[in-house]
Amino acid sequence: MSPPSVTSQDRNQDRNQDRPTKLAVRDLSVFYGEKRALAPMTMDIPEKHVTALIGPSGCGKSTYLRSLNRMNELIPSCRVTGDVRLDGEPIYGPGIDPVVVRRRIGMVFQRSNPFPKSIFENVAYGLRIGGMKSREDIAGRVERALSQAALWSEVKERLQDSALGLSGGQQQRLCIARALAVEPEVLLMDEPASALDPIATAHIEELIDELSHDYTVVIVTHNMQQAARVSDWTAFFYMGELVEYDRTNNIFTKPSKSKTEDYITGRFG
Amino acid sequence: MTSREHTNREYEQELRKLREQVLRMGAKVEEIISGSIKALLERDTVLATRMIAFDRKINQMEVDIDELCMLILARRQPVASDLRFITMALKLVTDLERIGDLGVNISERVMELNEEPQLKPYVDLPRMADEVQAMLREALDAFVAGDPDRAQAVIERDQTVDAYYTQVFRELLTYMMEDTHNIYRATRLQSIAKYLERIGDHATNLAEMVVFMVKGKDIRHTGKLEGESAGG
Repeated sequence: MSPPSVTSQDRNQDRNQDRPTKLAVRDLSVFYGEKRALAPMTMDIPEKHVTALIGPSGCGKSTYLRSLNRMNELIPSCRVTGDVRLDGEPIYGPGIDPVVVRRRIGMVFQRSNPFPKSIFENVAYGLRIGGMKSREDIAGRVERALSQAALWSEVKERLQDSALGLSGGQQQRLCIARALAVEPEVLLMDEPASALDPIATAHIEELIDELSHDYTVVIVTHNMQQAARVSDWTAFFYMGELVEYDRTNNIFTKPSKSKTEDYITGRFG
Repeated sequence: MTSREHTNREYEQELRKLREQVLRMGAKVEEIISGSIKALLERDTVLATRMIAFDRKINQMEVDIDELCMLILARRQPVASDLRFITMALKLVTDLERIGDLGVNISERVMELNEEPQLKPYVDLPRMADEVQAMLREALDAFVAGDPDRAQAVIERDQTVDAYYTQVFRELLTYMMEDTHNIYRATRLQSIAKYLERIGDHATNLAEMVVFMVKGKDIRHTGKLEGESAGG
C-alpha cells in the first residue's frame, strides 16, 4: 500500500533536498499573434533533475519548452510575456543575446536532424561556430560529448563516416552529443524518443537518467509511461494551462487534480 | 475514484470485471462466516461440514482475481486511481481469503463442540459475531461505494470486538477453573472467539485499503483519516 511519497527511500525527495532552482518561470505567457497559447504560469525547475511535461497535443507543452531557451523567437508572430530566470538571470532581459541563452540551454528535437556531414563534424560543428580553433580541444570535446551520449564506443572507429548512415537511435544520440558538446547547463528535449523502437528508446531513457546527474533536463513526451520512468517531476498541461506540477511519484499514484487523473488514466475525450 | 469511463472500452471492461469479482468473493466470504456462526449457534454439524467445503470456491476466486490483476498490470500499465484500485484488489483478496480460512476454522471447532453437550448458553459470542459480520459487511459496502468515511467507521469498531474478546475469554476462564471437564469445550469456544477477533482485524485491513484506494492516503498503523495535507 505504502504510497511512495511518504517512504524514506523516495529518490525524488532525497535528491531534491539540496537542489536549487535552475529555471524560475514567472507568469510566463506565450501568444501567437492574437491567440494566447499559454496562460500565465509560474514554475520552478530544479537543478540536475528530470522534469517531464505531459499533456494532449496542442496543450502548449512544446510552446512552453521552446520559450525556455527563446526558441519561440524564431516564429515571427510569437510574443512572450513574463519572466524566465536561469540561475536568477532573466533570459528575456534587455541586452541578453538569445544565442548565448541557447548555448546554456540546449535542445534536442523529436526527429533526429543530423547535418549531412561526418559524425565527428556533427558534434564539432557547434564548437567551431563558437570559435574553438584547437584541433586537440575540439577532438577532446567531441569524444567527451559522444561518451556522455553513450555513443562513443559504437562510433569511435568510424568518426569520419556520414552521420546519415547511423541508425535512428544512434542519430538521436548523436544529436544529444551535438547539444552536449557546447557544454550547456540545461537540456530541453522535445519528444526525443517518439520515433524510436523500444530498445533505442530504452537507451535514450537510460541516457536521460545519466545526464540528470550533470544537467538539468526538461523533456516533453507523449508517452506517459516514459514520463513516469524517466522524470523526477511532472507537469501536466491542458489547453494552454499548467494544471498540476508535482513529484512524478505523486502524479502517477495520487494526482491532486481530477483533470490530471482523467488524462493519465486514459479517461479523456 | 474517477467515475468517468475509459476511452479504451476493453480496459474499462477489465476494471469492471475485477470489481465484480472482488465483490463476489466478498459476498462468498460473508456467507461462509454467517454459515459457520449459524452452525455454532444451532449446533448444526451438517452446515459446518458444508462451510468447510465451501472455502474451496473462495480460494479459487482468489487465484482468478490475482490472475486478472496481473493481466491488467501487464497490459495496461495502470496509474493513479486505477493503479491504487488494482494494487488494493491484490491485497484485499489476501485478507478475504484469510477470513474464509477463519470461517473454516470456526466450523471445525463447531464440529468438535457438537460431539459434546453445550457448555453454556452463548451470550457475548453471538453479539461479538454480529459485530464482526457488520464490520465485514460495512467494509465491503465502503469498497463498493468508494466511501472513506464509512471505511473509517469500520476501523473504529474494531475496539468493540477486542473488548468482547477479552470478556468472552475471562468468562471461559472461570468455567475452566470451576471444572477441568469444561476445558475441552471452553478452549474450543475461546478459539472461536479468537477467530472472530482476527476477522475483525482483517475487516479493519479491508477498510484501510478502501481509504487508500479512494484518498491515496495510507492510514495503516495510525488508523486515522486526518484532514487533507497532501501537497499539490
